[in-house]
Amino acid sequence: MIKENFGIRKSDIINRRMFIIGAAKLVIFGGIVARLFSLQINDNKKYLTLSDKNRIREWKLPPTRGNIVDYFGNVIAGNLKVYQLHVIPEQVENFNYLISRLKVILNLSNKRVEKIKNKKKQLKPWESLVVSENLSWDEFSKINNYLYELVGVKPVMTISRNYPFSDIYTHVLGYVSQPNEEDILENEVIQEKFVPGIKIGKLGLEKTLENDLIGVNDIQRYEVNAYGKRINQLEYQKGKQGSKIRLTLDTEVQKLSAELMQGKAGSISVMDIYTGEIIAMYSSPSYNPNSFLFGISQDEWQLIRNNPLKPLINKTLSGLYSPGSTIKPIVALSALENGIMGTNFKVQCKGKMELHGQTFHCWKEKGHGWMSLNNAMKQSCDTYFYEIARKLGVDKLKVTAERFGLGKKVLGEYFENEKAGQFPDTRWKINELGKGWVLGETLITGIGQGYTQTTPIQLCLMTAQIANGGYKIKPKILTDDNQLASEQVKKAMQDSKINYFYTPLYDDQKNIKIIQEAMFSSTNELYGTSYKSRIDDPKYQFAGKTGTAQVKRISKRERELDLKTFQIPYEERDHALYVAFGPYKNPRYALSIIVEHGGSGSSTAAPMATKLFKLIVDRHHYRKQLSDYKEFNI
Amino acid sequence: MFQHTRLNSDQNFIQKVKNLDYILLLSIFILSVLSLFVMYSTDGGELLYHTKSHLIKLSVFFVLMLLISLFNIKFWHLISYFLYVIIILLLIWVSIYGIKVSGSQRWMNLYFLALQPSELMKIGIILCLAKYYHRVSVEKVNSFTSIFFALTIILIPIILVISQPDLGTSILIALSGLIILWLGGVKIKYFFFSFISFLISLPFIISNLQPYQKLRILTFLDPDRDPLGAGYQIIQSKIAIGSGGFSGKGFLQGTQSYLDFLPEKHTDFIFTLFSEEFGFIGSTGLLLLYLIIIIRIIRIGVISRNSFAKLFCFGFAFSIFIYITVNLSMVLGLLPIVGSPLPIMSYGGSSMLATMIGFGIVLSAKVHSKQTIA
Repeated sequence: MIKENFGIRKSDIINRRMFIIGAAKLVIFGGIVARLFSLQINDNKKYLTLSDKNRIREWKLPPTRGNIVDYFGNVIAGNLKVYQLHVIPEQVENFNYLISRLKVILNLSNKRVEKIKNKKKQLKPWESLVVSENLSWDEFSKINNYLYELVGVKPVMTISRNYPFSDIYTHVLGYVSQPNEEDILENEVIQEKFVPGIKIGKLGLEKTLENDLIGVNDIQRYEVNAYGKRINQLEYQKGKQGSKIRLTLDTEVQKLSAELMQGKAGSISVMDIYTGEIIAMYSSPSYNPNSFLFGISQDEWQLIRNNPLKPLINKTLSGLYSPGSTIKPIVALSALENGIMGTNFKVQCKGKMELHGQTFHCWKEKGHGWMSLNNAMKQSCDTYFYEIARKLGVDKLKVTAERFGLGKKVLGEYFENEKAGQFPDTRWKINELGKGWVLGETLITGIGQGYTQTTPIQLCLMTAQIANGGYKIKPKILTDDNQLASEQVKKAMQDSKINYFYTPLYDDQKNIKIIQEAMFSSTNELYGTSYKSRIDDPKYQFAGKTGTAQVKRISKRERELDLKTFQIPYEERDHALYVAFGPYKNPRYALSIIVEHGGSGSSTAAPMATKLFKLIVDRHHYRKQLSDYKEFNI
Repeated sequence: MFQHTRLNSDQNFIQKVKNLDYILLLSIFILSVLSLFVMYSTDGGELLYHTKSHLIKLSVFFVLMLLISLFNIKFWHLISYFLYVIIILLLIWVSIYGIKVSGSQRWMNLYFLALQPSELMKIGIILCLAKYYHRVSVEKVNSFTSIFFALTIILIPIILVISQPDLGTSILIALSGLIILWLGGVKIKYFFFSFISFLISLPFIISNLQPYQKLRILTFLDPDRDPLGAGYQIIQSKIAIGSGGFSGKGFLQGTQSYLDFLPEKHTDFIFTLFSEEFGFIGSTGLLLLYLIIIIRIIRIGVISRNSFAKLFCFGFAFSIFIYITVNLSMVLGLLPIVGSPLPIMSYGGSSMLATMIGFGIVLSAKVHSKQTIA
């Protein structure tokens, strides 16, 4: 009985203590439910995002670059289907065996095989290893024949840049290649769109217009597991091809320029004198931009790099030359504008001129006799220009020269490696060389020698602005209908609007007319320096000015020897220059031709203009038929 | 002797079966079926090794539970000390000959099952102390010798388990033991003072922890400290649970587990997967199921005529509660990661065996609720 009492007391204690614990249990369970509520209901969105971030991985594919077309819509930088060979290492049973099979089938070099093996080590086993970036169709079909025994091999069709006109547009377009670290760091758009295998512009318009051309990546969304392996594709988001860019260039004129420059170093530029549209811009020699697409071979690169004619330099924009006699129209114009002389002003040329004990020679040793402006320009009499330069002074000359575009970049917004050149004056010399200006230097500046350095495109612009009646133009290489994203090019295109406003560069338009007539005489009248290159048909008739720029000082002995061009070593031969505009009756185009070490302007450069003007004027007929043609009559 | 005990029962087989707690049985059955579905999901929606193995173990142990329930509660009272000693011997055997897995020697290879005696000790300690407090008179409960004896019973297995090393299980064993002391009537102030002294000695305990255990505590305090290393489990677990939302991502749709972001998803983190796929509704549902089980066990304790059955039922109910709380708090980021399975749900034979034995004895207490033990 007592024991039973004990029993009851004990179970009382046990029961009571149980219920204390029981209450605690409910509280704790309540806490757990609260925690669940906070995670699953309150913060559900946050964790859902985190969970998606965990499992969804995006794979960007290289975007398709926009096409670049010429004025007539011909594709000059396009895209081509290429066949590639990828290997997925995790699907391969025996990698070494597979590579040795591929080596035989594709004829891979040992070096290439080594490279592939090294690349494999850096990849995860499920990532594709690119064995060949560019298979020929033959190789591609051969691989497809063997595919049943090549497990893990994946033939892939992809798209690559292609330059159908090979080397004629290289200096304008540049080329694309794999970006290096610097390219990626410099450009945020590339940063955002970067994927292995992407090609970006390395030079020229391809680089400047990168943000327009690059396009939008295709995006593949995959579900991945914790180790990053793709489990299944969730979505394929189509990207967008980059913008189409239309240039003002005419492939036919460009082709002829390349043909004329065959084997020579130099540049040809052609410009519309009213719209500022560049019709042709060729720097010689050139190289094939297609070679850079999949990495250029060492041999080919060395060949380009070591070529003494320097194909890597865009001579049209970055080649600096003494303008030689092609400067004379500006010197004469400056003298007229500044009232130094009238049209009837005459100078007697005795073949040389003495100044402070120094002798300044005219190219014609016997002298030209009494020279008027027109005659002096026609025969390119140096003495005449020594004299007017002396009277004018270099500082006033510089004002005119700068007004017409010398010493300033012409297409700087479009091409990052353009050079400004220089036109000297007294202040420039003090600042740059720390020495005072000597009058003799004014004389040689007057015939385009000395410190003056110009680019072919500047000479072309200078000529164009004389040809159009003395109005300012801002040249452009893109047509107005392009929709651009690149800010600096957009601004340059805005600046080109000035071309339609006839902003005069002259004080008296009569003076421009006088210079135009003098240039006409130089080409179309007997004794003119480019008389031999004239075209009598008024449809094609042009006016121009030759130039022969010395690259080294002619010693007294050499002057007496009077060597022919072919007798002088190549590097010491004069540069041949020619600037011209036409058709003379109703001018529309200006050009500049420079042949490095080509001898004299009249013998080498001017004859090229003959052929060019024939084509340019004929092509004008087609240009006119396009909707964005504008008629100009001044 | 055993024969005598069994014959002592005044019920026949049919009556015993009738006296089973069918609500408890049904709850356990539902839990088992649920665990099979979840296991199937951890296998990526295929009938693979874990699911099959879990199914076999469930079937065998479920039958074992029913068998145990048919034995008189007096019998379990009788062999309690014996079982305790056997498990202690197994623990000693494991510490010498056990299988070592990732630096911890806890398992004995029984070929059909890698047995973890420390899991069995969770039940063993309750049985042993329930018998002890059943026999000690109320007056002597708070005597020095009595408390000393009880603490010794707890300490022996704890030392053996800690040295494996397995902190998580030893804490659970200690808690299971201490709860019997509490229920048995040990004075509240003793608990209070030992809790205070535990807090005071905490820094010393921590300084003696294994480096990986310290790391777990640090990681618990700030999971973002090392998100790809030690904190990875907690972070991924929280992401999985949180992204489950109200109704879950759906059965077999748990991306976190399916894509291998969840570590140990079969065992300690099984709730994470469940919660990701079945959401807040499913999780609270599961919790409710556990609550029903716990309440039914407590009810059986309440109606039991003898203190042994009462102590066992209450102690076991508390243990189940502690396992669930520790496991859920761990995966919810409320406690540091200590290896502790979720009863029945987690993959692992020993834990399931121990739990099923526990259920079996509880059911035996129900069947023999009118039994008194001298």
